[in-house]
Amino acid sequence: MQNNFLGGLKEHENKLLTIWSKLLIESGSDDGAVEEEESKEFASLFLSAVATLNGKFQDSPEFEKVEDLIVGISSSRGKRGFSPRENAQYLTTFKQASSQILSELIKDSEQLYQANLQLNEILDNMTIMTFEAFMRGREDVISRQVDEISEISTPVITVWDGIVALPIIGTLDSSRTQIVMENLLQQIVDTGSSIAILDISGVPAVDSLVAQHLIKTVSATRLMGAECIISGIRPEIAQTVVHLGIDLTGIITKATLASALKTAFDMLQLTVVKRKIV
Amino acid sequence: MTTITNSKEEALIIREQDVVPLRNRVKEYGVKIGMSILNQTKLITATSELVRNLLKYGGGGKVIIESVSNGRDNGVRVTFIDKGPGIADISLAMKDGYSTGKSLGLGLPGTKRLVNEFDIKTELGNGTTVTITKWKNG
Amino acid sequence: MDRIPILKMGDFLLVTIQVDLYDQLAENLESDLINTISKHSSKGVLIDISAVSIIDSFMGRILGNIAVMSKIMDAQTVVVGMQPAVAITLVELGLSLNGVISALNVEKGMDLLRSKMHTSDNEEQDYDDDNE
Repeated sequence: MQNNFLGGLKEHENKLLTIWSKLLIESGSDDGAVEEEESKEFASLFLSAVATLNGKFQDSPEFEKVEDLIVGISSSRGKRGFSPRENAQYLTTFKQASSQILSELIKDSEQLYQANLQLNEILDNMTIMTFEAFMRGREDVISRQVDEISEISTPVITVWDGIVALPIIGTLDSSRTQIVMENLLQQIVDTGSSIAILDISGVPAVDSLVAQHLIKTVSATRLMGAECIISGIRPEIAQTVVHLGIDLTGIITKATLASALKTAFDMLQLTVVKRKIV
Repeated sequence: MTTITNSKEEALIIREQDVVPLRNRVKEYGVKIGMSILNQTKLITATSELVRNLLKYGGGGKVIIESVSNGRDNGVRVTFIDKGPGIADISLAMKDGYSTGKSLGLGLPGTKRLVNEFDIKTELGNGTTVTITKWKNG
Repeated sequence: MDRIPILKMGDFLLVTIQVDLYDQLAENLESDLINTISKHSSKGVLIDISAVSIIDSFMGRILGNIAVMSKIMDAQTVVVGMQPAVAITLVELGLSLNGVISALNVEKGMDLLRSKMHTSDNEEQDYDDDNE
């Protein structure tokens, strides 16, 4: 039967908050951290959960609430730009503060040892959770930025009635190529264009996976009743394609956007005629 | 990371008329987690293929739809269980044979490409269980 | 049992699929279309799938069948309005729908059908000339 050595902490909640705050300031973290409502709520919930602990903390529903709270706090701090160190220190200083109070409360060294063991077990686990939540918060920011960059770097230009061009700039990885593909097809529907020109002259390298995606893009375009021309094939890319054994038969490729445009005009049976100067 | 199930439901598939309601249910699960139209389409098409196998070769069976998460992403998992004859040669069934129409067999390699996770267990005389998972951002 | 309606527009037949296709319905469409082409000696079929959000391998095959069967009966089939998500999924599935001609929308589909009819009329003429 586990004795609850940590039960006495609840009575000293305010003192704990004061010590925690001091430790956070000393460590150089945001000194407003402990004043925020969420920190007070965390401390209060934690100490209550600890006071009523009976058995393993992993099974206690009160602890689940505490964990949810701390995960929320870490995730939001991650998004707000706190450093990983600051994030970890949030709980390590809390542990220190709790430990200080414990050494004042418990005089028996064996009991104090057990109490610290228990405190470590609970708070170390929670610290790991905060790290994971912090990382997820950061990853959310990154993934949103990636989306924004993707949108900016693939503009769609209606070069003529029924002809759209998509110049791609930057490295094409598998996921970006998929986004480009979806974008292109949607544009074809939205603009009612029957020809799309995908220009890859701004793409430094094309690997086998990207080439496959490009081929799929052309196939999907044709299924929908439109045509897709790939332009801007640089010599290096042509070499890579052949060396990788990628079969581009059936795919219309042109070296420049200009020649792709001419091909598109031919397909639509349009001719550009120079005006006679009288 | 382990996958946890957030909600789950079962459906019995006995007749062809059970297919469309099932597809719609799967779609609802996808919509609920904010899956893109493209991913929804892939998921439901995969479901359509597998439930056809269930009816035509498995003699009908059970389909379980689950809303799952793996810590990083939310997703939909669909499991198709039949007690039919089972598949004799799995590796042959999973090979990309014909890409133009004649006999697409069970359509398994194509279906696998539509989803993120694909698991198949089969035992001759004892039926087949196929589990597919499509993540929201998969 | 539901059946998908087929409209006659002069030499052409127009089919608009607005419900979820399931196997029996698709098979009925296939036989209904062939019978209707025969009945009216139609020259072309326009299948509007702009409201169809799922096409799996079975339905893909039905569309392919319709295209081939119609051709045998001297009618051209054009499929219009395929949704991008459907197109991408079909490509991923490995279905190339050979024999099926597609157009972006009904208008372009009709233009395509008319131009194809014109071409096949010319071909018939050449054949007759050769056999003089």
